[in-house]
Amino acid sequence: MTQEVTPSPENPIPPGSSPDAALDREATRRTRRSFIGLGLAGLGGVLGWRYLLGRPDADGTPAPFRRVMDANSRLTAAYFRETRLAPEFAKSLAVREVRTNGDAGLQSPLDLAAWRLAVQPYGGGNAREFTLADIKALPRIEMTTQLKCIEGWSIIVNWAGTRFVDFLARYPLATRSGQPIKDIANPPADLAPYVSLVTPDEEYYVGLDMHSAIHPQTLLCYEINGQPLSLEHGAPLRLVTPLKYGIKHLKRIGTISFADTRPDDYWAEQGYDWDSGH
Amino acid sequence: MKKLVEKHPLAIRWFHWVNFPVLALMIWSGLWIYWANDIYRLGWGDTTLYKFFPQSFYDATHLDHKLAQGMAWHFLLMWVFFLNGLLYVLYTLFSGEWRYLLPNRHSVREAIEVTLHDLGLRKAAPPVQKYNGAQRIAYTAVIVMGLGSLLTGLAIYKPTQFGWLTQGLGGYEAARVEHFVLTVGYVLFFIVHVAQVGRAGWNNFRSMVAGFEMEEVPAPAVGAGGPVLTQRQPDARV
Repeated sequence: MTQEVTPSPENPIPPGSSPDAALDREATRRTRRSFIGLGLAGLGGVLGWRYLLGRPDADGTPAPFRRVMDANSRLTAAYFRETRLAPEFAKSLAVREVRTNGDAGLQSPLDLAAWRLAVQPYGGGNAREFTLADIKALPRIEMTTQLKCIEGWSIIVNWAGTRFVDFLARYPLATRSGQPIKDIANPPADLAPYVSLVTPDEEYYVGLDMHSAIHPQTLLCYEINGQPLSLEHGAPLRLVTPLKYGIKHLKRIGTISFADTRPDDYWAEQGYDWDSGH
Repeated sequence: MKKLVEKHPLAIRWFHWVNFPVLALMIWSGLWIYWANDIYRLGWGDTTLYKFFPQSFYDATHLDHKLAQGMAWHFLLMWVFFLNGLLYVLYTLFSGEWRYLLPNRHSVREAIEVTLHDLGLRKAAPPVQKYNGAQRIAYTAVIVMGLGSLLTGLAIYKPTQFGWLTQGLGGYEAARVEHFVLTVGYVLFFIVHVAQVGRAGWNNFRSMVAGFEMEEVPAPAVGAGGPVLTQRQPDARV
């Protein structure tokens, strides 16, 4: 495509000037316009970003960032299938020394003999109490999975315990009608959407969506490497869910309850994704 | 005499300049995330040539203790990075710009010639065209790297639901390393890119903002008309 530059009010070619001079003027005009445009776009970007950062906080992060995290979670939930399992590894690959990271909720004294798991039924009524023997009476599941810390490190750990879904099948406390979960792909319609787990001293607490809670790899865990949990690993009973970062693996479970809305979550209140799921 | 040549379509210029700050913020928020477990190094056995990152780097950049913030930024801007990249690829496909950007059978030889010339080891400059072989390879590679960052990122972000992807990339730890290496790749790309833009000069830089370049052309025969605006013709060799 070749066209001549024709004189116009916007682009006059004064009599006697060279064609190059006219082109130079055209180039200068376009250059100025483009750089001003780029500058304004850049300024708009900076102001827009500053606006986002200046929005009121929603649990430790500006509200728009929280909304995007939640939107990402909804998208993930739509794609979620309980049949997709976290990879399992040979038991021999499990680490001997399992790393610990933080002791929130573990600093209060604990009498192991007096410990009970309290479960608040979704349908209301008094909390039910369970001993560790009650939990151990349920089918024992052993699995070797990767524990992924939100900080970025991961370790392969051999866990044993009972599936949370097996607990709920035996003790149907998560439905209003009291009916048990028979098939995790088709749970009862009145199943609670959320689960809350809290340490006995209520210093550490996590919330889980029910789909993750009843996933076949979500355990109420009482053993690591075939040994009962040590206090620092959450004795006598902790949560293990390879569908979530380590921050959701609450140690020393005191109370479990069910909820219609997202339960409080220790790390989500400090700016982390509430879902923190895989 | 001079000629004004249209070089970069407006859409390409927008994709380029949107990507620049977005990728910069992705790298920055990525560093906030990486800090929480900064274990990578160049070296073997007990020998470390370089640790990512030395304390002096953290002291200078203050990017410590911002993991939650880093994830919040990263998982918002990933959408902008993804959409901008997707639109760019679709635009190049539908506009035919891909013809200038994809490497062809001459590109490797040309890239070697260009590199030798730029290093001062070869006198003859390669023929001028919209993108030379080195550029075609670099600009295509960086798009493939972008795809790689999306896939390795997804593999780290959702390693159970996208377990097939994570396993395909060699596992969770491997995907994290790959994600990091790609980021180092962007930084190296950026250094070479800025150096080359500096070498190429104002006319070339301006074309990425204003879209056109000024070219010197032999004066036409008398009566052949005045200055001309031309669209660069597709390279004959494509």
